Amino acid sequence: MTDTMRALTVALALLLCLPAAAAEEEGAAWMHEAHIDLGNRASLQRGAKYYVNYCLGCHSARYVRYSRVGTDLGIDSQQLATNLMFTADKPQQTMDIAMPPADAKRWFGRTPPDLSLVARSRGPDWIYNYLTTFYLDPGKPWGVNNLVLPNAAMPHVLWELQGTQRALFREEKDAAGHAHPVFERFEPVAQGRLTAEQYDGVVRDIVNFLAYVGEPGQLERRSLGLRVLAFLGVLFALAYALKKEFWKDVH
Amino acid sequence: MSNGDSGVLHRVTDALGGLRDWVDARFPLLKTWKEHASEYYSPKNFNFWYYFGALSLVVLVIQILSGIFLTMNYKPAAADAFASVEYIMRDVDWGWLIRYMHSTGASAFFIVVYLHMFRGLMYGSYRQPRELLWLIGMLIYLALMAEAFMGYLLPWGQMSYWGAQVIVSLFGAIPFIGDALAEWIRGDYYISDITLNRFFALHVIAIPLLLVLLVFLHIVALHKVGSNNPDGIEIKARKGADGKPLDGIPFHPYYTVKDLVGVVVFAAAFAAVLFFEPTVNGLFLEHANFEPADPLKTPEHIAPVWYFTPFYAVLRAVPSKTGGVTLMGLAILALFVLPWLDRSPVRSIRYKGWISRVALALFAVSFVALGYLGLKPPSTTYVWLARMFTMIYFAFFALMPFYTRWDRPRPVPERVRFHD
Repeated sequence: MTDTMRALTVALALLLCLPAAAAEEEGAAWMHEAHIDLGNRASLQRGAKYYVNYCLGCHSARYVRYSRVGTDLGIDSQQLATNLMFTADKPQQTMDIAMPPADAKRWFGRTPPDLSLVARSRGPDWIYNYLTTFYLDPGKPWGVNNLVLPNAAMPHVLWELQGTQRALFREEKDAAGHAHPVFERFEPVAQGRLTAEQYDGVVRDIVNFLAYVGEPGQLERRSLGLRVLAFLGVLFALAYALKKEFWKDVH
Repeated sequence: MSNGDSGVLHRVTDALGGLRDWVDARFPLLKTWKEHASEYYSPKNFNFWYYFGALSLVVLVIQILSGIFLTMNYKPAAADAFASVEYIMRDVDWGWLIRYMHSTGASAFFIVVYLHMFRGLMYGSYRQPRELLWLIGMLIYLALMAEAFMGYLLPWGQMSYWGAQVIVSLFGAIPFIGDALAEWIRGDYYISDITLNRFFALHVIAIPLLLVLLVFLHIVALHKVGSNNPDGIEIKARKGADGKPLDGIPFHPYYTVKDLVGVVVFAAAFAAVLFFEPTVNGLFLEHANFEPADPLKTPEHIAPVWYFTPFYAVLRAVPSKTGGVTLMGLAILALFVLPWLDRSPVRSIRYKGWISRVALALFAVSFVALGYLGLKPPSTTYVWLARMFTMIYFAFFALMPFYTRWDRPRPVPERVRFHD
């Protein structure tokens, strides 16, 4: 074991010589964490409701079956049919949309992407910041722009809830001397139906739901994992005792 | 136990014994068992580093078994592949478990193989008479890289697609035949449905067969020459009156029970990743690969999976593509000739002098550092760092014939020193 320890110590010491340049790609200062809780079933249920009401018109979740959402989130088939299944008549169907992709492309400039896996490709924090940083920009087709996804093709679908806001930028010069705008803060323009806090809650619920949808098995995965590790712990004790017993006579 | 019970027991053991004798008269059953297990003598001083050979075998089995089940639901067509993986993840019973086993297994394979190879470097396991054993091992490593590369295309995500695009285009840098070769590999002018279909065939049949054959040869070669050990001493040189190595113990039961402990610990680490952080924050399963492949949309940052990044960093450290590809090829080829570069009179790092120790430490650090740099976007600082570590990487091999001769080794004991 001494060789191992020595090798590891030397390797670690030398690796520290790698400059701590990893800090280079920190997110922008205005990025916030989504702080979602997959264990919060009520939040997931609300998220499902907001998703079908506000997002599913354009964004399919084509790998997700209504029945699975019902089972996982504890929504009975009656509620599922009346409150969620606006685009399907059988619970086994997936969350598809009726909008033809070609038309969507003509209307929005690009086809709205399927969101089954957006929480896995972009991450929950990205979605959270995307949905909270729409700001007025008269130069854009839908009158809004976005901090996370500049020149986003999507209108601010939740504006009635959030209200509208203006973004204030300041000029900053980079190392090469080029001036470019840096985001400073938002300024509310019109009050929405919800307070800032309530809107934040709605967005978190949607993000939570999308995080669940990205990998429905993840709730089961962790609980099974604990049992597997517990079993391996017992097996380790037995295997170790067996090894000790056999190796008693090796000198 | 009553008489009746023991009577039944006797009859069962007799029947089993009879079956064994029947087989043994027609197949070298006991002979094989003795030669390769119960009377195969291994040095008694194997340490932590000696688990990784057995663990590679365990991972191979995991990959083959999980792969078989994945194949039952996966569809190797550009239009269906991505959706079929999601179908496995969501709709197939235990599909997520099988898929994560396979994806975690891919990275685990390289982790255990890299540690296994590093063990060889430390204790001189490639030295005479184990050169061929080392060469077969290197062929396994090459086959493993091909297997991993082709497997990574199958989920048909953005990184699958563009990673394959970049790696196949590297063959295009070979003079004269390059472009034709790249086209021959793809079966098309770009990565397409045709490429996916043939990579599936190679990943599922051709290379696994080759891998299993090479692993078999690796073990046959190992059992011919016997295992090296942390002291680098030949245990067969000192035998007792009974003709058995004094420092050797039968592989079975001693190392079967010891490896069992290692396998359980490994399984726990494997399970911890699989059940709690299967993507390892984008390292084992890249975030961008959860977006379906789009031949018209190049991702802004293309990086291969972590196990290829040391070589990817070498590639990017060279301004010319042909030069980069050449150097990358040499980085792998250098390992093949290692047995003939090491001129030290001793095998193990324990008895080599300080130059060899420093050289090996620097080499290990360079490999890890290059792996890290290969994951990052190629900023100026990173490219210069990659150049520095590439130089160290190659210096380790190029200067080895010299520093191993100048180095002053320490006296090697006659018998192995200690064991766990």
